[in-house]
Amino acid sequence: MGVEQKLGNLGVVTTTLEQAVNWSRTKAMWPMLFGLACCAIEMMSAQAAHYDMSRFGMELMRPSPRQSDLMIVAGRVTRKMAPVLRRLYDQMPEPKWVISMGDCASCGGVFNNYAIVAGVDEVVPVDVYVAGCPPRPEGLIHGIVTLHEKVNAEKMRDWAKKQG
Amino acid sequence: MDEKLQSILESLQAEFSASVEEFRGEPQVTLAVEQIVPALTQLRDKHHFEQLITLTAVDYWPEENPRFHVLYLLRSYAQHLTLLLRVPVSGVNPTVPTASGIYANANWRERELWDMFGIKAEGHPDLRRILMPADWEGHPLRKDYPLGYEEPQFTFNFEEIDLRKPYAKE
Repeated sequence: MGVEQKLGNLGVVTTTLEQAVNWSRTKAMWPMLFGLACCAIEMMSAQAAHYDMSRFGMELMRPSPRQSDLMIVAGRVTRKMAPVLRRLYDQMPEPKWVISMGDCASCGGVFNNYAIVAGVDEVVPVDVYVAGCPPRPEGLIHGIVTLHEKVNAEKMRDWAKKQG
Repeated sequence: MDEKLQSILESLQAEFSASVEEFRGEPQVTLAVEQIVPALTQLRDKHHFEQLITLTAVDYWPEENPRFHVLYLLRSYAQHLTLLLRVPVSGVNPTVPTASGIYANANWRERELWDMFGIKAEGHPDLRRILMPADWEGHPLRKDYPLGYEEPQFTFNFEEIDLRKPYAKE
């Protein structure tokens, strides 16, 4: 009585816990469904049939921060929006990652004035910056693959450290 | 100019001592602050200007008196007419009487007027900021408001700015 009776003789795969966990984290990394400006249009097309982010285990954009692992900051962040963005980030469960998509989110972009935060890294800690104004869907997907590489390289001893 | 509009302008000139300018066939009516509420009421009730398209202002800084022109753009769908009213306001404690009793959408427009230009709408039921955060200081669309500037981070000054940049914590 065990799993092999139900599945048949599939053999055994051995791996490390670290690799198994990192694999599962990257292969079902659900981004949060929210966009702040024009970059969101590119994010949507990256999600849609032509570029199809579900190839990377992202078939679902979660409209709730409680269910999402990845925050894609798609667009410029105004000073009024910044506390809201931070609150959404705080509501996401650990482990969580942030991609700063586009020039505006990364460094303020063409906006250098009183109303726009010059880089979302002043509000939330950013893992990957994607350049472009706006980045094409390939650019965003490249950023996501880069993030996957980063997650795959995470060590077990750092997990507790990251979660504070 | 449209004949219907001509007669409306003449009645405004007679009743509210308004001055009319024309630019490329579009008339602009300049009114005194005290006249704007009766003028708007009359335009709505008598001349069928059903809609206030926009309510905004222009800052003529460093001129002080009048510093602002408050603009009311009206539309009459019944007669197919558009009319622009201008109200000059002084730079010291600028105030206009509220138009929210006449056109309901003036409520939010006047909140924006207060938020962006610091022009108070007297008698407004709920004069709060509408675009900027509630604790914001100053009125950003005034010409003397500092634009705000942060030094952009390039390769040559990356580290210098990196040191003083307030990065977010986890």
